[in-house]
Amino acid sequence: MNDSIELTYEVSGDDFTRAGEASSDCKQKLKRLGVPPDVIRKVAIAMYEGEINMVIHANGGKIKVTISMDEITMELADRGPGIPDIEKALRPGYSTAPEDVRSLGFGAGMGLPNMKKYTDDIHITTELGVGTTVTMKVKL
Amino acid sequence: MAEEKFVNAVRLDKEKCMGCTNCIKRCPTGAIRVRNGKAKITKSYCIDCGECIRICEHHAKIATYDPISSMDDYEYKVALPAPALYGQYNNLEDTNILLTALKYMGFDDVYEVGAAAEIVSQMSREFVSTHRDKWPLISTACPSVTRLIRIRFPNLISHLLPLEAPVELAATLARRKALVMSGLPSEKIGIFFISPCPAKVSACRSPLGITKCDVDKVLAIKDVYPILLPLMKKAALNPDDLASAGRIGLGWGQSGGEAGGLLTDSYLAADGIENVIDVLEDLEDQKLTNLKFIELNACRGGCVGGVLTVENPYVARVKLKRLNRYLPVAVTHGIPVDAGYWTREIKYEPVFNLGSNLRESMQMMFKVELLEKQFPGTDCGSCGAPSCRALAEDIVRGVAKKTDCIYVLRKYIQRISGEMHDMSENPNAEYLDDDPEE
Repeated sequence: MNDSIELTYEVSGDDFTRAGEASSDCKQKLKRLGVPPDVIRKVAIAMYEGEINMVIHANGGKIKVTISMDEITMELADRGPGIPDIEKALRPGYSTAPEDVRSLGFGAGMGLPNMKKYTDDIHITTELGVGTTVTMKVKL
Repeated sequence: MAEEKFVNAVRLDKEKCMGCTNCIKRCPTGAIRVRNGKAKITKSYCIDCGECIRICEHHAKIATYDPISSMDDYEYKVALPAPALYGQYNNLEDTNILLTALKYMGFDDVYEVGAAAEIVSQMSREFVSTHRDKWPLISTACPSVTRLIRIRFPNLISHLLPLEAPVELAATLARRKALVMSGLPSEKIGIFFISPCPAKVSACRSPLGITKCDVDKVLAIKDVYPILLPLMKKAALNPDDLASAGRIGLGWGQSGGEAGGLLTDSYLAADGIENVIDVLEDLEDQKLTNLKFIELNACRGGCVGGVLTVENPYVARVKLKRLNRYLPVAVTHGIPVDAGYWTREIKYEPVFNLGSNLRESMQMMFKVELLEKQFPGTDCGSCGAPSCRALAEDIVRGVAKKTDCIYVLRKYIQRISGEMHDMSENPNAEYLDDDPEE
């Protein structure tokens, strides 16, 4: 039988009114599945951060969530500018967000650090001018 | 007797229900389905918010509460008027007129819920300031919101303010006073809450956080309102001095009032069940930080927007504001009370889970995803479920069938009628047994 479920989402760029739709839908489905509340919390927080990043920096992209019996994997792939220095980007408070985004209350430099903090595993592949893929895992 | 976990105060008048789609669409928890032409509420999903009562133009959804005649069941009767009641009347300048009229109505004593609210405000201030780890604390005064969190927001349960709602504390204190004043045994004393909403009925019958509520009967503001009107004219001539609630206490009747009583500006107050859900979602995702307190009311405008009130909630707010001008900030405060705290924990009730374990739930969700793709996605409601997704879930849960969808049914009829036509032309051909439910 089916030991995993895959959810896929298109994230549109530059539309803050829709940012968070994917993580919200994913959260509802995890609740329906009876995934433990603390796991849902981690996934929801990490995925929302990632989704916002895709809107701010990468003009959107695709999110694939795979739910299996022992872990939840989130793969966030964009065709944005890429990350020049991953180590710096993972440092709390480091931000390259433009001023207009900061004025909306985003861009505090906690995106990637929070994604790391709330997941059990994070893997980033990036190529300048091509795009970034962030893969995060939360154990069940 | 085993305690009932899910008690509701909304029921259906089958005669009046037309089986339309208004309530199934409006219900914020997806608790209603139309089955065999009549609306049916799933008890464990219902949070008593009253939205279905508001939307039903056939008046088929009825709030449960007690009749005025239940006053005859007790020897000594105490009225507990909700702050929302004060906002129903024009040009009320002295709360004593309203309170005196309640005595003319047949109550032996009056204990203002607003008075207990001032004590709860005081307790809240103390609890919030000493429990930084629980910030933001979420108000538990609106029973619909507490019930919603219990079934849908497991991660927020630890943020619930573990204090009794003002009516619960008012009932406890009113009973104590009545025992002394009347000298009667407790069962001969009736504590009557005059309520703006049916959610309070369930909250009194099956309270959360405490084991027993001291309210005996819940009367509707809309029933009490017309009785008081003529009595208030008489009371205005020589009102008794009964008032024990000030601006903070009566402020609880409207959205922002409870938070106002905390004397901090680090709060958020939201009203209307859809807005409440949005705030809870954001709170769960940690999008709201640096707040001490969240006040949430299921009804628009706060308690003055309850379905058992008479006046438009926004007009009632203006009336409360006008009345408040004449009141002291607080009247009942500085009194130490040995009551008012929750005595038991609230547990998460995962009523929306598909299966009984993760593996089963995953297999069920897999089927839901496949099924959903076969439906048109119009969310028309003709099947009796609020959306195509909800129908797919119902089928997988075993409580609905695919042909409940009129699009699926129409396709099936088209196909078999075509086959019947073919068969009449060619009686010897073999046809596969074709079940639309497969």
